[in-house]
Amino acid sequence: MSRQKLLEFAFPAFALAMALAAWEAAVRWFAIPPFILPAPSLIATTLIKDWGTLSLSLMVTLTITLEALALAVVGGVALAILFAQWRIVERAFFPFAVVMQVTPIVAIAPLLLIYLSPNAAVLVCAFLVAFFPILANTTLGLSSADHNLLDLFELCRATRWQQLLLLRLPSALPYFLGGLRIGGGLALIGAIVAEIAAGSAGQGAGLAYRIVESGFRLNIPRMFAALFLISATGIAIYLALTALSYLLLRHWHDSARGRET
Amino acid sequence: MDETQSLRTPLMSLADLIAPAASPRETPEAPALVSLRGVDKVFANGVTALAGVELDVREGEFVSLLGPSGCGKSTILRLLSGLTSPTRGAIAWRGRRPELGFVFQEPTLTPWSTVFANVWLPLRLAGVSRAQAAPRVEEALERVGLSGFANAFPRELSGGMKMRVSIARALVTRPAVLLMDEPFAALDEITRTKLNDDLVALKCGLGATVVFVTHSVYESVYLSTRIVVMAARPGRAVAEIAVDAPLPRNEEFRLSAAYAEKCRQTSLALCAAMDLPPPGARARSGEAST
Repeated sequence: MSRQKLLEFAFPAFALAMALAAWEAAVRWFAIPPFILPAPSLIATTLIKDWGTLSLSLMVTLTITLEALALAVVGGVALAILFAQWRIVERAFFPFAVVMQVTPIVAIAPLLLIYLSPNAAVLVCAFLVAFFPILANTTLGLSSADHNLLDLFELCRATRWQQLLLLRLPSALPYFLGGLRIGGGLALIGAIVAEIAAGSAGQGAGLAYRIVESGFRLNIPRMFAALFLISATGIAIYLALTALSYLLLRHWHDSARGRET
Repeated sequence: MDETQSLRTPLMSLADLIAPAASPRETPEAPALVSLRGVDKVFANGVTALAGVELDVREGEFVSLLGPSGCGKSTILRLLSGLTSPTRGAIAWRGRRPELGFVFQEPTLTPWSTVFANVWLPLRLAGVSRAQAAPRVEEALERVGLSGFANAFPRELSGGMKMRVSIARALVTRPAVLLMDEPFAALDEITRTKLNDDLVALKCGLGATVVFVTHSVYESVYLSTRIVVMAARPGRAVAEIAVDAPLPRNEEFRLSAAYAEKCRQTSLALCAAMDLPPPGARARSGEAST
C-alpha cells in the first residue's frame, strides 16, 4: 500500500519536473530573451530576490480573499437559513441573488470603484462572486432533509429551531462544503479581477496590481513570479477547504469514505 | 361511494347478527384504545387513499394491516400518529393520546450521528440531557440486542442492525403504542425471520400495543393477534382474521399446522381483497393446461 502511495505521488511530481526541465531547456536552447519568456530558474530567483515586495502583495490579496470568503459564508448561510425558514423570503430575494450571479463581476467593478474606496470595492467584488455558490448550495442542502426524518421531528413535537439545528443544518453540511470549495476559488478570482480593474488607480498593492505594474515596466520574470503566487494561493485555498470537508464528513458522508475494493 | 358502503358493511353485519345487544367492537376485557369511524382520506391530488375505514385497536393487541400496495395501510398509520388528518370521519383515542413510537419503512437514521445520538434523539427533542438519557438509551439498545454499538455510526451497520437502531429509537420514549410501517420489507428473509422473532419477544416484554403494516401474509400471521386485510382503490378494510395462538411464539409455531392453516386462510382473504381467484383454483387451472 505504501509503495502504491509513493507511486501515486511520484508520477505527478515526475511529470511536473519533466515539464519544468523542458521549459528550462527550451529557453536556453533557443536563447529566448527573459522579457519574452523567462526560464523557471529565473522566475524562482526573482521570487526570492523580490520576496519583500511580493510577499506584501501576497498578504494583501490573501487577506482580501479570506475576508471576502468569510463574509460570503456568513451572508450565504444566513440568507439560506432565512430562505429555508420562510419560503416567501426565498421567493422574494432569490431573483436578486441570481441577478448578482449572472452579471459579470468585471462589469460591476468600475461602478463599485466609483462608489467605494478601492480596497472596499475589491472586497465587495470578491464577496459577490463567492457568495452565490455558497447561498445556492446551502439553500439546496437545507431543503434536502430526509422526509421521514422531518416526520419523526414532527412526531416528537420538535421546535423549528430544533429542526434547523439537529436536522436541516447537518443535512446541508455536505452541500455547503461543496459550495464553499467553489466559493473559495471564486473569491480569489474576484479579488484579482477587481484589483486589475482598479489598476494603477488602486492604492492596493495586491498581486494583480503587481502583475499590471510589472507589465508596465516590462519586468516579465516578476509577472511570472506573481502569477505563480496567485496559482499557489488558489491551490492552497482549495486544499485547505478539501481537508476541512474531509474532516467534517469523514465519519458519515459517502464522499469522504474510501470504497472497499 | 355507494359501492364502498356495500363493501364494508358485511364485515360488521355478521357480528351484529350474532350479538345485536353488545357492541361488536368491544370485548369486555379490552376496550378499544383507538377507534377509526368512517374515515376517508383524499389526497390533495384527488386520489382517494381511504374510504369508510372502520377500525378498532384494543390495548395490548398486535394488529397487522395487510394488503396490496396502494390500499392505504401506511396512511392509516399516519392518521393514527397525527401526521395527517382524515378528510372525513373521526379518530377517537380512549382518553388522551398515549405516547407513540413510529418505525418507518427505512431505518431513517441521521447518518452524521452515532447510534447513541440516534436513539437519544426523541428524548433530546423533549429536552432530556445526554447524561439523563443515557440509561434509557442503553436499555433500548439492549432490548434490540445492540448493547455494544452505541458509538458506531449508521454506515458501519448492516441493514438489519440499522433497523434495530430504528426500533430502539422508537422504544426509548417507552411508548404505549408502537406504529410500524413495513419495517422489515427491505431486509433479506433470514434477517427478517430473526427480527420477527425478536419483535414478538419485544412485544411480550413491553406489553405495548402494536399496529404493524405489512404485505407479507407469513409475517402478519406469525406476529399478530389480529390481521386486518385491506383492499385497494379505494383503500378499505375488507376482512379480519384473529390469530389466537398464545403470544410468546417461536419456531414451533412457525412450523405448526395451525400456522399453516392461518396462512392459508389469510392468503385466501388477501386474494379475495385483490379480486384474484383463490390459490387452489389457480393451481387447478395450471394442472389443466399441462
